[in-house]
Parts: sequence; C-alpha cells; structure tokens
Amino acid sequence: MKHLRLPAVLAAGTLVLTSCAGVGTKDDVGGGSGDSSAESTPSGALNIMGFSGEDEVAQSRIAAFKTAYPGVTVKNNKGDFDAQQFLTAVSSGNAPDVAYMARNLIGTYAAKGAIQPLDDCIKNNGIDTTQYREAALNEVKLSDKTYGIPEFYTVTTNLISGKALKSAGVPVTDIQTADWDKLEQTAKKLYKAKGGRPARLGFDPKMPDFFPLWAMANGAELVKQGGEPNLNDPKAVEALTYTLTLIQAQGGWSNFKTFRDTFDLFGEKNQFTADQLAAFPIENWYVNVLLDSRKNGLELQSTMFTDRQGQPISTIGGSAWVVPKGAKNFDAACKFAKTMTSVETWNKAAEARMQTVAKDKSFFTGLFTGNKTADDEIKAKYLKPTGDAGFDQAINNYYDVLDKSKSLNPSPAGAEIDAAWKNAVGKALAGTATPQAALDQAQTEAKAAFDKAPQG
Amino acid sequence: MTATVEQVTTEGPAEPLRRDRRPRRSPLARREDRAGWAFVAPWVIGFLIFTAGPMIASLVLSFTDYQMIQAPRAVGLENYRELFDDPRVLKALSNTFVYAAMFVPLGTIFALVLAMMLQRVGRAGGFFRTAFYLPEMTPGVAAAAMFLLLLNGQQGLVNKVLGWIGINGPNWTADPAWLKPSLAMVSLWTLGGTVVIYLAALNGVPKQLYEAAELDGAGQFTQFFRITVPMISGALFFTVITNTIAAMQMFDQAYTMFYGPQQKAAASEESLVYMVYLFQNAFQFFKMGFASAMAWLLFVIILLITFLQVRIGNRYVYYHGER
Repeated sequence: MKHLRLPAVLAAGTLVLTSCAGVGTKDDVGGGSGDSSAESTPSGALNIMGFSGEDEVAQSRIAAFKTAYPGVTVKNNKGDFDAQQFLTAVSSGNAPDVAYMARNLIGTYAAKGAIQPLDDCIKNNGIDTTQYREAALNEVKLSDKTYGIPEFYTVTTNLISGKALKSAGVPVTDIQTADWDKLEQTAKKLYKAKGGRPARLGFDPKMPDFFPLWAMANGAELVKQGGEPNLNDPKAVEALTYTLTLIQAQGGWSNFKTFRDTFDLFGEKNQFTADQLAAFPIENWYVNVLLDSRKNGLELQSTMFTDRQGQPISTIGGSAWVVPKGAKNFDAACKFAKTMTSVETWNKAAEARMQTVAKDKSFFTGLFTGNKTADDEIKAKYLKPTGDAGFDQAINNYYDVLDKSKSLNPSPAGAEIDAAWKNAVGKALAGTATPQAALDQAQTEAKAAFDKAPQG
Repeated sequence: MTATVEQVTTEGPAEPLRRDRRPRRSPLARREDRAGWAFVAPWVIGFLIFTAGPMIASLVLSFTDYQMIQAPRAVGLENYRELFDDPRVLKALSNTFVYAAMFVPLGTIFALVLAMMLQRVGRAGGFFRTAFYLPEMTPGVAAAAMFLLLLNGQQGLVNKVLGWIGINGPNWTADPAWLKPSLAMVSLWTLGGTVVIYLAALNGVPKQLYEAAELDGAGQFTQFFRITVPMISGALFFTVITNTIAAMQMFDQAYTMFYGPQQKAAASEESLVYMVYLFQNAFQFFKMGFASAMAWLLFVIILLITFLQVRIGNRYVYYHGER
C-alpha cells in the first residue's frame, strides 16, 4: 500500500500544476516600433499568426504583398487566432510579427500591453485612415491610440425562407423587428412542432450571440464610451426578456437549441431548404454560403433588422491586423497590414472572386471590408442584378446597413465584459436566473474587472 | 548516521560498540548504483525541468498579479482571497465534484463489466481488447465533437436508440440538468486503459479460489463479491484514485463541447468545470496569477481526496505478496 502514496500525490501535483505553469516570465520581450516609413524596403521573415484564409480573396492579397515586397519571406502559421498560443508566444519572446484577430478583442489586448500602438506605422507609411469605416476604426482604438488595421466588416440583416412564408401565409413584411409583439405572433404562426419538439422555427433571434444586437435595437449601450460596462441597462434587460419570450413561444430554450444544433448551416440541405427555419438575422458572409442551395429549391427573401422605431440597425463584427509586442519585423508587419487592407489590394481580391464566380457559373454577392472606399469601388464595378430577386434584396440590404451599423465601444476589460454578458444570457436562457438577476450579476463582475483593468 | 549494536561474546560482559562509518559497499554494488542513477537520470532531469520547475513557478506566480506581458507584481494572498470571493470558482468546483461523482463510479463499474466480458470472450479476445483500447487513442477533442452529434436530443443516435425502446431521451447538450451526465458519458468513451488494468488484475486471480468456492456451493454473485472484488481491490483502488484525479482535471471534453472557439453560443454555467474556468482566467482574462492560485487550490483538494481515499483504501485493499 505504501508504495502507492507517493505516486498518487505526485500524479495529483504534477497533473494539476503543470496545467498552469511553464509560461514564460520574460519581462522584456524586446521589439518596439522600429523604423517603418513609406520609403523603407522591408526584408527578412514575416511571421503571421491567426490567419487561416485559404480562399481566393485571402490568397490574392497575400500574393499582392509578396509581389510588392519580394524581399520578405512570408511565413503563415495557418489556423485561427488562438489566445493561448498568442499569449505564450508573446510572453516567451517569440511573438509573431503580425497577428489577425477579432476587433472586439483589441481593447483587452491593448490594455494589457500585448499589442503595439500603430500610430507611428500609420503616420510614417501614409496609411489613409479615412478610407476605413468609422465603426471599424473605433473598435481598434483605445485611449486615442490605434492598435489595429481593420480588415473585414460584418453586418446583419434578416434572411428569410420564401417557401416557409408561403406555407404559413405570412407576408414578408411581417418579418420585422420594430413591433416586438407582432414579431412574436408571426414567429408563432411560422413555428411548427412535431411530437412536442420543434419541426420548424418561425424566427430565430440568434441568441445568445446576438444579444448585443437586440440590446442595441432597444436603445441600450452595453459598453459606454470609455469602456465601462452597462450590462444591466433596463433596455438590455427588456431585450433579453423579450428574446426569451420569443424562444419560449417556440418550444423553450432546451428544445429550441437542440433543434437549432441540427441545422446544416453550410450544407446545400441547410435549415432553409430543409424547411427547419423561416427567418433569422445573420451576417453578410452567409449569403455567399447560400448560393449552392438554389438548386435545392431555396427561395431567399430578406428584410432589414431594425430598431424599435423601424430604423435599420446592425452591430458590426470583423477582424483586424495587429502587431504584437516584441514583433521582430515591425516594418514588414506594418506594410503587410497596409497592403492587405488597401483599396488596390481589395480590388485585386474582387477580381479573383469574380474569376471564381465565373468558373462556378454563380454570381457575386458582394465583398464587405473595413475599407469604405474599396467597398464602394467594388460594388460599382462588379455588383450586378443576379436574376434572383431575393438574393438581390439581401445583398442590397447588407450594403444599405453598412453605414448605419455600430460597434460596441472598446474596453480594456473587453474580454471580461464579453464573458460576463455571455454567461448572463446563458443563465437566463437555461432558466437558472431571471434576466434581471443574471445581468445584474454580470454587471457587477464586468464592472469589477473594468475597475481593475489598466486603462491602456 | 550512527548505529549502535550489541556484541555478544562469551568472554565477559557485553560492551556496546559504536560504528561511525557505513559498511563499505562492494564495487559491484557501487556500479549498480551508478547504473541505476544513469537509467533514472533522464526522468529525474525531465521531472525537474518540466514538472518541478513549472510547479515552483506556478506557486510563486500564485502570489502575484501576472498578466503575462508585464513582469509579475507581488500581491501576497490577494489571489487566494479572491478565490473565495468569486462565486464562479465555487460553481465550477461543485460542477466538477458532481461530474467526478458520476464519472468515477460509473467508469469503474463499466470498465469492470467490459473487462469481465473480455476475459470470457476466448479467441476473439485480442480483437476486442484492441477495439476497447482504441478510443483511448482518440483525441478528447475529436471524441467530444463526435458526441455532440451523438447526444443531440433531436437527431442524435443515442436518443434514437432510446426511442426504439420507448424512452423519450433528454436534450443532453442543451438541458442544464443533463450537461454533467453528458460529460460523464463522453468520458466513458476513454475507459480503455482502465479496462486493460482490470483485465490484467482479473487474469491474476488464482483459478483454484473459484474452484474451491464452487465446491463449497458458492454462486456467481458470491464468487464475484467474495473472491473477484477482494482479489482485484488493488487495481480497483489504483484506478479509482487516478480516475478521480483525472475527473477533477477534466478539460478537453467540456471545452470542446461548450466553450471552444467553435461554440459561439454562450454555455450554461452548469457545464463550467474547474479547469475550463482556470483556462479562461489564464488565457482569456490574462489573470495568470489567479489561475495559478486556482491550480494550487485544486492541488490541495486533490491531495485531500487522495489522502482520504488512501486512508479508506488501506482497510479494504488486498495486495498480493504484502499480506
């Protein structure tokens, strides 16, 4: 028996503690802004992290950079952004030169000093910040410093299955988010159940991930200017309460989510063609996914997601290029971020997309970037009527809401705020707390994190 | 080290002798010592660098505010105080205990049943041993992703099979009440190692004991509880301890199923296990000091549980050759 004690104790200690140790404690990870100007010619290796782009839009832009700067060896460690991988690399002094991350993370990473301000990079390389969409630029700023160069830009509108509407005798105008009582009635009309479980959802509010959109539609600002959380704003509580009602009317959360998990979102037999869903708000990238579903009988329709006054509204999402602390090739990183997001490069990407579209005998559904100038040029040059009125409507809705969309304000406690509201919505949906109690607790936690966070 | 020995002679009273030096070891013994150290040296060096070093670093970091980018800043016991103020730590701990309380007994029973079946299977034993062990080779992430499909309340295979026998299965991965049982079910997938240990233990039970019991009229039930269980109690005890430790540190299944980058939807707090919350603090909130304190709290908890198990196990465990 005695011989077991030591192994058991050692096993316990080892297994637990090695999970939270071994990280570097290096103070000075070097790096710094270095010299980077419009005239400088970068060379050496450029290590990229978090960019898994394989399609023609990604590849054509990387090719544009390689052509412009042949002295730079691009090393792309493919894979989505991974916080653990990134932080470990930065803290151990092996930071990548440039990283691709969601813009809503930037406030936190900037406040902690994990990424560098790019104001010098922007100034010395003559990057025209007016070309970027204001909401996207707002997301990459903290304390008046700019920490990222915006890339893609996602907005939301309602996509609808025309077949589902026809079968329930519901006009497309009834899919609206201004009159919440009426929307609930519409959802009930479109909802179908079988054996006590959902067989078709009428309107999926896309909770919990779209909670900020519903809160914004009801006039709540979840993160105040300056980054302070405002999660238990009465209008946010009302929005959460309403979406719960909407879900309750369609089988309740557990059944609703279980059924939604069966959707083949990216397949030809997706939730629309399989008649599993009548309508939902979704981001612009999804319209491109739906192209292949036309042969399976998709009758796409679309309406704007609006606030309660009927004004089109959207939260925004998207990515940005950042330069981590300790990046060894700041000049190349800076020029890479500039090149990947410039009007000229986006035009090349659009050309590449058009070639793919021609090859697939399909049509162009738009390219939505953080660069307004590029978007306008690409739209004017390539966007034509598709011959499918539903797709045309959806694409136009996405373009129309681009300038009306808003971001959540960046915060040095952005990650904690994000986790707090997600946790609160999760609890409310699961029925383990009321919306008010859940958001009150989330606010307390987020506020505590905000108060403790360095302010950048 | 000194030793006192009594020399017994026949010529007068015994006199105590002090021996201040160790007896000289033979050259062979010294060579064997050196060879032994040489053999264990790689492990010892690896342990010092990759285990003991990080453990010490983690202990030191637990007394600091360390956000990974800047240098750690000493905060004394602040992280440990915060552990008790954070309601999510308690929630994650209780979820983990409940999960462990489901997984360990279920896993033990399930693995023992499989091992006993394997023992009786005869010629095809090799095939089934491999088949049962193969899931152990599957990465936890892949198993979790597969079980997300299998456990879907509406279209998952598990509920379909339950439906064939008239049972309306629950929403395993969406109903808060079923999240922890779901995690326990996923973990059962990787019991191959335990099955192999039990199989070896079962094969080590002397056949004569069963023959004697049969002659005495003992039935299968009696034989199992009076012979099999006591004779393999060492293996049972070992796996209960190691499975408890593994359950307390469960991470990949819960993370993949409910918290990973592919899971955009917010997860119910009922699925928040301790290691996931530790990971979130370390790598999402940059609270490496707090996460280190969490790790040490778990270490102490596991130590206490293991100590209790050892104390209780001492009364019931039978080891060949020790008694």
